Formats: sequence, structure tokens, C-alpha cells
Amino acid sequence: MVTSPVSRGALTLLPCLAVLAWASPALGHVEGGQAAGLLSGLSHPVSGFDHILAMVAVGLWGAQLGAPALWLLPVAFPMAMAFGGMLALVGLPLPGVEVGIAASAVVLGAMVLSEARPRLSIALVLVGAFALFHGHAHGTELPGGQSGLAYSIGFVVATGCLHGVGIAIGLLHRWPRGRTALRLAGGLIAASGLLFLWRALS
Amino acid sequence: MKVRILALPVLGVGVLASPAQAHLVTTGLGPFYDGIGHLAVSPTDLLALVALALLAGLGGPSRGRTMVATLPATWLVGGLVGLLATAEILLPLVIAIALLCLGVLVVVDAPVSRSMTMLVAAAAGLLFGGMNGSALAAAGSGPLGLVGIVAGATVGLFLLSAVAASARAPWQRIAMRVAGSWIAAIAILMVGWSFAGQLGLLLQAGQ
Repeated sequence: MVTSPVSRGALTLLPCLAVLAWASPALGHVEGGQAAGLLSGLSHPVSGFDHILAMVAVGLWGAQLGAPALWLLPVAFPMAMAFGGMLALVGLPLPGVEVGIAASAVVLGAMVLSEARPRLSIALVLVGAFALFHGHAHGTELPGGQSGLAYSIGFVVATGCLHGVGIAIGLLHRWPRGRTALRLAGGLIAASGLLFLWRALS
Repeated sequence: MKVRILALPVLGVGVLASPAQAHLVTTGLGPFYDGIGHLAVSPTDLLALVALALLAGLGGPSRGRTMVATLPATWLVGGLVGLLATAEILLPLVIAIALLCLGVLVVVDAPVSRSMTMLVAAAAGLLFGGMNGSALAAAGSGPLGLVGIVAGATVGLFLLSAVAASARAPWQRIAMRVAGSWIAAIAILMVGWSFAGQLGLLLQAGQ
């Protein structure tokens, strides 16, 4: 095949033009890493056993207490947790975060175990206080290059879903054997919390 | 040889070119659909739409009608004003506070009057429309993109508020209020992201 200098030049330029065409795709939005941020946020709460136990315990306790605590506790928790996350983001320290998280599993598990029925305001304050620790510890663990907003969405949604799991399990409360099973689950959560507490203090 | 010399800088430009900071999704179907795509990948816009739809739904069909009549018009007006902006207006803290207010209104199931619904919808429409308009202007897009965004927002609001308004069972209302708490929680974290690490810097400066 005979090629002229012009066609050879065109052949040389062709890949260059192709690179130019593909090199700079316009970004969908100025804030990158949204999908990764969302996935990180969704997976983070379910990656820590301490967080899972406390979230499920909130749902279980709410189911034992019945309405309106059944839904007020899962409403209060994410908002207080987000407030804790905000404190961490602005750089305000919260002492004893790991101890607080472990204590949340111990106390909430004990509440489920004993089927405690304090006043609603006390239950809300208790859950809200523990939520601060969870938010402070986990709400800011955003991997680099990911969207903080998308991470926050994923984190809050995953936490809410864990409460939902707790409430769904708490439906067992309708049956006598289910009540016993729930109290047993509370005991297991409290025992796990003691293990976390021992680790946090050692 | 000359062609190869010319090709080198072209290749270099191609490899080193920084990505364009366009704020619109390029669907390849034109600016109208780019606008719809932009709305679909803008979490703050979507959160605001969901919160407004829940608020409208909790208030019943009449509040829903007020919301649907007010929001698209004000979103369009805000967008047209935003299109006149010379630079993109980014107000993350204002957006976060607006979302927080909307989320809290949903959580407490506030009995919002018709005029209040109109006021909330107008404020939200002007704010989010203004931001969209300025983003479009910065990306070099025109009013057609804005029409796409407003059309997407209108359809989304119609559908979501209709679903919310048709919810009658107590547990459905509770689920909506829980969703409101999630939006409020996300907004609180957004406030945190707006000030991320700044308190530490302030403390360092004070020492």
C-alpha cells in the first residue's frame, strides 16, 4: 500500500484526536465522588459491630415501649447523631467517645433485657446522648476524594434502616415467647457492650 | 516530520487537559434533558423536593395543590435571576439551613396554613432555582436547561406529593415524619461540612 505524506500525517494525528476527544469528559457535577461517598456512607454503619448493636437495640427498645416511643426514638437518634457528627466536623472534641459507644450497647441492651419503661423524655434523652457519641465517632470518617454530602446521606439512611431492622425484630414482642427472645437479645447486646467497654478501657 | 512535531503538543494537551468543570450532566440529548439530568444527580435539590412533597402531603391535598402551583413558578423565576449571575452562587450553609427547616417542619408535622405553604414553596423555589440558574450560567448553558430542571422538579413534586397526600394510615404518616428526620439529620451534617475544621483553625489562631 502506497501512502502519501499527507495520509501518513493524518494517521499520526488520528490517535491524538481520539485522545483529545476522550481526554476531558465534562464532569456531571462539580462535586465529585458522589457514588463512592454514598456507598461509603451506606456501608460504614454496618461495618462496625458496636454501631449495629446500638442501632438495633434502639429499635428493639422502641418496639418494647410501643407508640409513640416506637417511632420517636428512631426519629431522635439520627438527629442527635448528626449533631454529634457536626461537632466532630467543626473540630469540637467529645471526651470518651469509644467508652460512650460501648456504654450505649451496655445500657440500651440492659434496657431491652429488663424491658425498662422509663418516661418518654428520659428515654429520648438517653438515646440522644448515646447518639452523640456514635455521630462523633463515625459521622466524619469520610474517605478522601468522596462527597461529604453523599456520605452523610448514606450514613443517615443506613442508620435508619438498622433501626428499622430492630423494630422489625421487635414485632416478636406480640408473643410471649417473642418477648423472652427480645429480652435475651437485649442481654446479648449488653454482654457485647461490656466486651467493647473492656476493650475501650484497656 | 513536521506533522509529528505538531502531533506531540496536541497529544500533550490531550493527556494533560484538566477536566471541564461543567455543572450539567451531558446526556447528549440537548440542554433540556441535560437540565433534567442535572436535577437527578443533585442531592440537595432532590432532598428539598422530597421534603417539600412530604410537607405538602402531610398537609393534605389542598396544601399539595398550593405547593404544586407555587414551587415550579418560583423555581423558574429564581432560575432566571440566577442565569443573570456572572459567577456560580454556592451557598452550602444556606441550603443546609433551608433543608434543616424543611426536615423539622416534616418531623413535627407542623399544621402549615395555605399562605405559609405558599411562602415556604416560594422561598425554596427562589433559593434552589437561583442556585440552579447560576450553575447553568457558569456552565454556559441557557434557559432551556433551566426549563428542563423546572420540568423535572415539577413532575417529581407532582408524583411525590400525590403519593404523600394519599397516605392515610397512621404508620404512613409516621414513615413520612421519620423521613423528615433523616433529611434534618443530613442537613445538620451539611452544616458541619460547611464549617469542617474551622473551629480548630480558630482555636489555633487564638493561641
